[in-house]
Amino acid sequence: MNNSSGFSTFLRITRLNRLVDFSPVAIALGLALVVSSILLIALSANPIEAYSAMFEGAFGTENATAETLVKATPILFVAIGITVAFRGGMINIGGEGQMIAGALAGTTVALVLGPMRFDPEIAKELIAPDLIIITLSLLAGFFAGALYGGLAGFLKAYFDVNEILSTIMLNQIAVQMMNYLLNGILLDPEAAGVNNIPKTARLVASAQLPRLWIPIGDPVIFDRTRLHWGLLIAIILAIIVFIFMWRTSLGYKIRAVGESERASRYAGIGVKQQMMFSMFLAGGFAGLAGVVQVLGLQYRLQTDGSPAGFTGNAGFNGIVAALFGGLNPIGAIPASAFFGGLLVGAQKMQREIGVPASLITAVNGLIVVFVVSSEIFIKRRARRRVDLANQDNLAESAKDKAEVQV
Amino acid sequence: MEIDQIFTASVFASAIRLATPYIFASLGETFSQRSGVLNLGVDGIMLMGAFSGFYAVFLAQQNEAMSEPVGLFLGVIIALIVGGLMGLAMAFVSVTLKAKQGISGIGFYLFGFGLSELLFQQLVGTPKSIHGFPDIHFGFLSDLPIIGEIFFRHNLLVYLAFALVPISTYVLNRTTFGLMIRAVGQNPEAADAMGVSVARVRYATVILGGMFAGLAGASLSIALINLFQQNLTSGQGFIAVALVYFGGWRPWAVALGAMLFSFVNALQLQIKVIGLDVPSEFAVMAPYVITIIALAFASKRLEQPTALTKPFERGE
Repeated sequence: MNNSSGFSTFLRITRLNRLVDFSPVAIALGLALVVSSILLIALSANPIEAYSAMFEGAFGTENATAETLVKATPILFVAIGITVAFRGGMINIGGEGQMIAGALAGTTVALVLGPMRFDPEIAKELIAPDLIIITLSLLAGFFAGALYGGLAGFLKAYFDVNEILSTIMLNQIAVQMMNYLLNGILLDPEAAGVNNIPKTARLVASAQLPRLWIPIGDPVIFDRTRLHWGLLIAIILAIIVFIFMWRTSLGYKIRAVGESERASRYAGIGVKQQMMFSMFLAGGFAGLAGVVQVLGLQYRLQTDGSPAGFTGNAGFNGIVAALFGGLNPIGAIPASAFFGGLLVGAQKMQREIGVPASLITAVNGLIVVFVVSSEIFIKRRARRRVDLANQDNLAESAKDKAEVQV
Repeated sequence: MEIDQIFTASVFASAIRLATPYIFASLGETFSQRSGVLNLGVDGIMLMGAFSGFYAVFLAQQNEAMSEPVGLFLGVIIALIVGGLMGLAMAFVSVTLKAKQGISGIGFYLFGFGLSELLFQQLVGTPKSIHGFPDIHFGFLSDLPIIGEIFFRHNLLVYLAFALVPISTYVLNRTTFGLMIRAVGQNPEAADAMGVSVARVRYATVILGGMFAGLAGASLSIALINLFQQNLTSGQGFIAVALVYFGGWRPWAVALGAMLFSFVNALQLQIKVIGLDVPSEFAVMAPYVITIIALAFASKRLEQPTALTKPFERGE
């Protein structure tokens, strides 16, 4: 133990050692790099130029880095939720719909409560009105997303509806619901009739999440960027969820159901409840992704009417980041930053060398395929270890027997 | 009265047309699921099939020397090949590498989604329309009132889709290949013991499913809509997967589900056209809500293939 540095202890406690030690992630990254290079060459672009343009676009300047982290924020929220759901054996594809549910509820609360802060009667009674408005909005977003996710869990638990299918349907339903509400009762009164962009009114300042910066140097790091408190909330949440999943009995139960439904049932774990609970949490975190996107970045809920018009596909990218982070909330933090960087960098690549940014969607898909495909190699290695251990045991016991006979 | 404005012959006709891609894709998916493989990447494969089929026809129609039917035929072939190749990749990942099928399918979806858009932007740029499969005219049959419009004025791919329903039923239930598929999906250990190669059968069905999905995509881009744009399928492949569950893994029931779904869709379009006072968002939402409810009540009474999503490991 004494030869382990602080860093390796950190890796061990956070279970990231399994990720660093070897991993489907490394294989996936390598293969994705190879395939995307081939694609780039096929598009007659120089891969080195393309990658350096991407890196430049993602991390080249302070503002670029901030934009990367801004993009990473909703992905991280969703990825934390996906981690819980997948660990619980629930393949939640509903991040998109759950984000929308959260954004709708959270924005509504913020729109209603925001102006009240300026009512002297009410403001007098409250100690920190801004904080209360923001907290209530975030909670509304969490619970709306959680109920929407929980619905898929409920359908799975009691009606045996495949959660993959139900969450996909629920995504479509959520998009239509949002379009309906944004064109109807939530429509910005000032925008009505002016243009056809469905959007709500702008949130008052007291309902907005503050900007985030690091108070080092002058000017401070991330001064005047769009980075907001959502990132900090997501990182804290990742740590809490890590502790919850690996250090509490409730988290253990969720993982047990994910490992083996039957064994959990014999152990007396309420499998149905755990299914609903893991989907509830997953939906809640995706809901937070949605509401934080409004409170921290856009300051109004708006869409172009298309499925990814509001979410920017974060509900899907969160799945990719969760897998890339080894289905570990702590691992999801760098993974989300990586995918945020890919998205921001791809814009620069498109501008500089004319390769469409949709390359990144294709590469994301490949990464998912590669990560799940390389799991077989780990399983094989684990089995080989068990076999070796068994052989040792056999040898040992044979020796014991021999000794007894002597 | 509004009722006869809604249930017009053209609504029934467009329901039949709209069902085409769903039937192709969900029949293909039925084969792979009956053998035990859930291919969730159908939508991505459809998009790739749609783009490649479209692009082949697009190029052919710029070439004066090539006649229109040859170009269209080429489009179908290319879509089948591209779909089959993606099926092959899916089979390799889920059969040989035994990857988790639900998740790898999402990977294939994203891959097809991204790559089809990438190729489209790079090679075509803006949505351009082509001359797709023309409607077939069956002489006096097509001129019959109502019946003619509903049944006898569609393009070749529409009829092909419907013809595949009885063919698929026959193949699954009455041929050796069908028996092998069902055995491998229901009891792979027993099939293996009987000398059937589980892997080979699953490769065959997943590739076949991919080809059907490619054709489903092409039926949109070169027969029904006659153009390609980003996310042309808008999730139809996922609906196709749901329809397989909905139809209890039986081709005719799956096709019936596809008909119902597209009928609701056609109604929704008609409601928009005549400007009925129903928010269009609710009309668009309806088929999805109905599908969820149907799944909730269908899954109680239907037996899914026992080995669905379970990779086969030969016991030592």
